[in-house]
Amino acid sequence: MITPSNLYTWGFITSIVLFSTAGDVLLAKAMTRIGDLGELFSRVGLFAVVRAVFSSGIFLAGLLCMSCAFFSLLVALNWGDLSLVVPAAASLTFLGNALCAKFFLGEQLDSRRWISLVLVVAGVALLAH
Amino acid sequence: MTFRRYLVIAFICVSGAIGDFCLKLGMSHVPQITIDHLGQTVLAVFQPLVFLGIILLIGFFSAYLTALSWADLTYVLPATAVGYIVIALLSRLVLHEQITGYRWAGILLIAGGVGFVTRGPAKTTVNPDIPVTDANMAIPTQDGATV
Repeated sequence: MITPSNLYTWGFITSIVLFSTAGDVLLAKAMTRIGDLGELFSRVGLFAVVRAVFSSGIFLAGLLCMSCAFFSLLVALNWGDLSLVVPAAASLTFLGNALCAKFFLGEQLDSRRWISLVLVVAGVALLAH
Repeated sequence: MTFRRYLVIAFICVSGAIGDFCLKLGMSHVPQITIDHLGQTVLAVFQPLVFLGIILLIGFFSAYLTALSWADLTYVLPATAVGYIVIALLSRLVLHEQITGYRWAGILLIAGGVGFVTRGPAKTTVNPDIPVTDANMAIPTQDGATV
Protein backbone atom coordinates (compact mmCIF):
# COMPACT_ATOMS: atom_id res chain seq x y z
CA MET A 1 0.00 0.00 0.00
CA ILE A 2 1.29 3.47 -0.90
CA THR A 3 1.37 5.62 2.21
CA PRO A 4 2.47 9.30 2.32
CA SER A 5 5.54 8.12 4.22
CA ASN A 6 6.49 5.64 1.45
CA LEU A 7 5.76 8.23 -1.21
CA TYR A 8 8.02 10.83 0.40
CA THR A 9 10.78 8.31 1.17
CA TRP A 10 10.95 6.81 -2.35
CA GLY A 11 10.27 10.15 -4.07
CA PHE A 12 13.24 11.73 -2.34
CA ILE A 13 15.39 8.59 -2.79
CA THR A 14 14.78 9.04 -6.55
CA SER A 15 15.79 12.68 -6.24
CA ILE A 16 19.00 11.68 -4.38
CA VAL A 17 19.87 9.15 -7.12
CA LEU A 18 19.40 11.62 -10.00
CA PHE A 19 21.30 14.48 -8.37
CA SER A 20 24.06 12.22 -6.95
CA THR A 21 24.71 10.55 -10.30
CA ALA A 22 24.95 13.89 -12.09
CA GLY A 23 27.08 15.32 -9.26
CA ASP A 24 29.47 12.34 -9.11
CA VAL A 25 30.08 12.37 -12.86
CA LEU A 26 30.66 16.15 -12.94
CA LEU A 27 33.01 16.04 -9.91
CA ALA A 28 34.96 13.08 -11.35
CA LYS A 29 35.33 14.96 -14.65
CA ALA A 30 36.53 18.10 -12.85
CA MET A 31 39.01 16.26 -10.60
CA THR A 32 40.46 14.26 -13.52
CA ARG A 33 41.12 17.55 -15.34
CA ILE A 34 42.70 19.19 -12.27
CA GLY A 35 44.96 16.17 -11.53
CA ASP A 36 46.29 14.51 -8.37
CA LEU A 37 45.46 16.92 -5.51
CA GLY A 38 48.19 15.51 -3.24
CA GLU A 39 50.83 16.08 -5.89
CA LEU A 40 49.45 19.55 -6.69
CA PHE A 41 49.42 20.45 -2.98
CA SER A 42 53.09 19.52 -2.53
CA ARG A 43 54.01 21.48 -5.67
CA VAL A 44 52.00 24.74 -5.37
CA GLY A 45 50.44 24.76 -1.86
CA LEU A 46 46.95 24.69 -0.38
CA PHE A 47 45.71 28.07 -1.64
CA ALA A 48 46.49 27.23 -5.27
CA VAL A 49 44.77 23.83 -4.90
CA VAL A 50 41.60 25.45 -3.48
CA ARG A 51 41.68 28.08 -6.25
CA ALA A 52 42.16 25.41 -8.95
CA VAL A 53 39.21 23.40 -7.62
CA PHE A 54 36.78 26.29 -7.06
CA SER A 55 37.56 28.01 -10.38
CA SER A 56 36.36 24.94 -12.29
CA GLY A 57 32.85 25.44 -13.69
CA ILE A 58 32.33 21.67 -13.94
CA PHE A 59 33.23 21.33 -10.23
CA LEU A 60 30.74 24.07 -9.27
CA ALA A 61 27.98 22.40 -11.33
CA GLY A 62 28.80 19.10 -9.57
CA LEU A 63 28.73 20.83 -6.19
CA LEU A 64 25.28 22.28 -6.96
CA CYS A 65 23.97 18.80 -7.86
CA MET A 66 25.50 17.34 -4.67
CA SER A 67 23.87 20.12 -2.60
CA CYS A 68 20.46 19.23 -4.09
CA ALA A 69 21.18 15.54 -3.33
CA PHE A 70 22.09 16.48 0.25
CA PHE A 71 18.81 18.35 0.91
CA SER A 72 16.90 15.46 -0.69
CA LEU A 73 18.75 13.13 1.72
CA LEU A 74 17.68 15.26 4.69
CA VAL A 75 14.00 15.02 3.70
CA ALA A 76 14.29 11.27 2.93
CA LEU A 77 15.90 10.64 6.35
CA ASN A 78 13.14 12.71 7.92
CA TRP A 79 10.57 10.19 6.59
CA GLY A 80 12.41 6.87 6.22
CA ASP A 81 14.78 4.51 8.11
CA LEU A 82 18.53 5.13 7.89
CA SER A 83 19.08 1.47 7.02
CA LEU A 84 16.72 1.81 4.03
CA VAL A 85 17.40 5.32 2.68
CA VAL A 86 21.21 5.26 2.48
CA PRO A 87 21.69 1.73 1.02
CA ALA A 88 18.77 2.05 -1.42
CA ALA A 89 19.95 5.42 -2.73
CA ALA A 90 23.55 4.17 -2.92
CA SER A 91 22.80 0.97 -4.86
CA LEU A 92 20.74 2.82 -7.48
CA THR A 93 23.37 5.57 -7.70
CA PHE A 94 26.08 2.90 -8.27
CA LEU A 95 24.23 1.61 -11.33
CA GLY A 96 23.68 5.11 -12.74
CA ASN A 97 27.31 6.02 -12.13
CA ALA A 98 28.66 2.85 -13.76
CA LEU A 99 26.77 3.59 -16.98
CA CYS A 100 27.57 7.32 -16.93
CA ALA A 101 31.28 6.66 -16.15
CA LYS A 102 31.51 4.42 -19.21
CA PHE A 103 29.71 6.74 -21.61
CA PHE A 104 30.57 10.23 -20.29
CA LEU A 105 33.96 9.72 -18.59
CA GLY A 106 35.39 7.03 -20.91
CA GLU A 107 36.34 4.77 -17.99
CA GLN A 108 37.23 1.19 -18.95
CA LEU A 109 34.85 -1.11 -17.10
CA ASP A 110 36.62 -4.47 -17.29
CA SER A 111 35.10 -7.69 -15.97
CA ARG A 112 36.69 -7.11 -12.53
CA ARG A 113 34.87 -3.79 -12.12
CA TRP A 114 31.55 -5.11 -13.44
CA ILE A 115 31.70 -8.06 -11.04
CA SER A 116 32.58 -5.83 -8.09
CA LEU A 117 29.80 -3.36 -8.99
CA VAL A 118 27.25 -6.19 -9.27
CA LEU A 119 28.41 -7.62 -5.91
CA VAL A 120 28.20 -4.21 -4.21
CA VAL A 121 24.79 -3.33 -5.74
CA ALA A 122 23.40 -6.75 -4.73
CA GLY A 123 24.92 -6.36 -1.26
CA VAL A 124 23.52 -2.87 -0.77
CA ALA A 125 20.10 -4.03 -2.03
CA LEU A 126 20.16 -6.87 0.53
CA LEU A 127 21.06 -4.36 3.26
CA ALA A 128 17.89 -2.44 2.38
CA HIS A 129 15.77 -5.64 2.53
CA MET B 1 48.11 2.41 -4.59
CA THR B 2 50.16 3.71 -1.69
CA PHE B 3 49.41 3.30 2.02
CA ARG B 4 48.42 6.99 2.21
CA ARG B 5 45.81 6.44 -0.53
CA TYR B 6 44.34 3.45 1.32
CA LEU B 7 44.08 5.72 4.37
CA VAL B 8 42.12 8.27 2.29
CA ILE B 9 39.72 5.47 1.20
CA ALA B 10 39.33 4.35 4.85
CA PHE B 11 38.64 7.94 5.97
CA ILE B 12 35.92 8.26 3.26
CA CYS B 13 34.21 5.10 4.59
CA VAL B 14 34.25 6.11 8.26
CA SER B 15 33.49 9.85 7.98
CA GLY B 16 30.69 9.30 5.45
CA ALA B 17 29.02 6.60 7.56
CA ILE B 18 29.23 8.50 10.86
CA GLY B 19 28.15 11.71 9.09
CA ASP B 20 25.01 10.02 7.69
CA PHE B 21 24.37 8.49 11.10
CA CYS B 22 24.50 11.93 12.79
CA LEU B 23 22.14 13.32 10.13
CA LYS B 24 19.64 10.53 10.88
CA LEU B 25 19.81 11.15 14.64
CA GLY B 26 19.47 14.91 14.12
CA MET B 27 16.59 14.66 11.63
CA SER B 28 14.72 12.40 14.07
CA HIS B 29 14.42 15.45 16.35
CA VAL B 30 12.96 17.65 13.57
CA PRO B 31 9.19 17.65 12.86
CA GLN B 32 8.36 15.79 9.63
CA ILE B 33 8.96 18.01 6.59
CA THR B 34 6.28 18.03 3.88
CA ILE B 35 6.55 19.15 0.26
CA ASP B 36 4.77 22.44 1.23
CA HIS B 37 7.45 23.34 3.79
CA LEU B 38 10.73 22.31 2.13
CA GLY B 39 12.32 25.51 3.50
CA GLN B 40 12.41 23.77 6.89
CA THR B 41 15.34 21.66 5.62
CA VAL B 42 17.48 24.82 5.80
CA LEU B 43 16.47 25.40 9.45
CA ALA B 44 17.26 21.73 10.21
CA VAL B 45 20.93 22.50 9.48
CA PHE B 46 21.10 24.34 12.84
CA GLN B 47 20.13 21.20 14.78
CA PRO B 48 23.42 20.29 16.60
CA LEU B 49 23.58 16.66 15.41
CA VAL B 50 22.75 17.68 11.83
CA PHE B 51 25.49 20.34 12.08
CA LEU B 52 27.99 17.72 13.35
CA GLY B 53 26.96 15.42 10.51
CA ILE B 54 27.59 18.22 8.01
CA ILE B 55 31.09 18.85 9.46
CA LEU B 56 31.88 15.12 9.07
CA LEU B 57 30.46 15.11 5.54
CA ILE B 58 32.64 18.10 4.60
CA GLY B 59 35.64 15.97 5.68
CA PHE B 60 34.19 13.06 3.67
CA PHE B 61 33.71 15.31 0.62
CA SER B 62 37.30 16.63 0.75
CA ALA B 63 38.70 13.08 0.93
CA TYR B 64 36.30 11.95 -1.83
CA LEU B 65 37.52 14.73 -4.15
CA THR B 66 41.12 13.78 -3.38
CA ALA B 67 40.38 10.14 -4.27
CA LEU B 68 38.66 11.15 -7.52
CA SER B 69 41.79 13.11 -8.49
CA TRP B 70 43.86 9.88 -8.68
CA ALA B 71 41.26 7.12 -9.16
CA ASP B 72 38.29 6.34 -11.42
CA LEU B 73 34.73 6.92 -10.20
CA THR B 74 34.03 3.20 -10.82
CA TYR B 75 36.97 2.36 -8.50
CA VAL B 76 36.19 4.86 -5.70
CA LEU B 77 32.49 3.97 -5.36
CA PRO B 78 32.88 0.20 -4.74
CA ALA B 79 36.09 0.71 -2.71
CA THR B 80 34.28 3.04 -0.30
CA ALA B 81 31.23 0.76 0.04
CA VAL B 82 32.63 -0.48 3.37
CA GLY B 83 30.86 2.62 4.73
CA TYR B 84 27.51 0.84 4.25
CA ILE B 85 28.73 -1.95 6.50
CA VAL B 86 29.66 0.68 9.12
CA ILE B 87 26.13 2.16 8.78
CA ALA B 88 24.56 -1.30 9.25
CA LEU B 89 26.64 -1.89 12.39
CA LEU B 90 25.82 1.58 13.80
CA SER B 91 22.11 0.98 13.09
CA ARG B 92 22.36 -2.31 15.01
CA LEU B 93 24.51 -1.21 17.93
CA VAL B 94 23.19 2.32 18.57
CA LEU B 95 19.70 2.50 17.03
CA HIS B 96 19.02 -1.17 17.93
CA GLU B 97 17.69 -1.90 14.44
CA GLN B 98 17.68 -5.64 13.67
CA ILE B 99 20.32 -7.10 11.32
CA THR B 100 18.59 -9.96 9.50
CA GLY B 101 20.18 -12.81 7.57
CA TYR B 102 19.62 -10.79 4.37
CA ARG B 103 21.61 -7.89 5.78
CA TRP B 104 24.50 -10.12 6.85
CA ALA B 105 24.49 -11.60 3.31
CA GLY B 106 24.55 -8.02 1.95
CA ILE B 107 27.54 -7.18 4.14
CA LEU B 108 29.42 -10.26 2.82
CA LEU B 109 28.66 -9.35 -0.81
CA ILE B 110 29.86 -5.76 -0.30
CA ALA B 111 33.05 -6.99 1.35
CA GLY B 112 33.61 -9.35 -1.63
CA GLY B 113 33.00 -6.53 -4.13
CA VAL B 114 35.40 -4.20 -2.32
CA GLY B 115 38.10 -6.88 -2.15
CA PHE B 116 37.65 -7.54 -5.88
CA VAL B 117 37.92 -3.94 -7.12
CA THR B 118 40.79 -2.87 -4.86
CA ARG B 119 43.03 -5.55 -6.40
CA GLY B 120 42.73 -3.91 -9.83
CA PRO B 121 44.12 -0.64 -11.22
CA ALA B 122 42.70 2.57 -9.68
CA LYS B 123 42.86 4.61 -12.88
CA THR B 124 42.00 3.69 -16.48
CA THR B 125 41.86 7.23 -17.88
CA VAL B 126 44.35 10.08 -17.85
CA ASN B 127 43.92 13.85 -17.98
CA PRO B 128 43.79 14.82 -21.68
CA ASP B 129 45.68 18.03 -20.84
CA ILE B 130 48.66 16.13 -19.32
CA PRO B 131 50.96 14.04 -21.53
CA VAL B 132 50.88 10.32 -20.71
CA THR B 133 54.08 9.23 -18.94
CA ASP B 134 55.16 6.19 -16.94
CA ALA B 135 54.52 8.27 -13.82
CA ASN B 136 50.82 8.98 -14.38
CA MET B 137 49.70 5.85 -16.24
CA ALA B 138 48.75 2.77 -14.23
CA ILE B 139 50.36 -0.28 -15.80
CA PRO B 140 48.41 -3.46 -15.02
CA THR B 141 50.48 -6.60 -14.42
CA GLN B 142 49.37 -10.14 -15.13
CA ASP B 143 47.74 -10.58 -11.71
CA GLY B 144 45.73 -7.35 -12.10
CA ALA B 145 47.84 -5.27 -9.71
CA THR B 146 49.47 -2.03 -10.88
CA VAL B 147 53.07 -0.91 -10.95
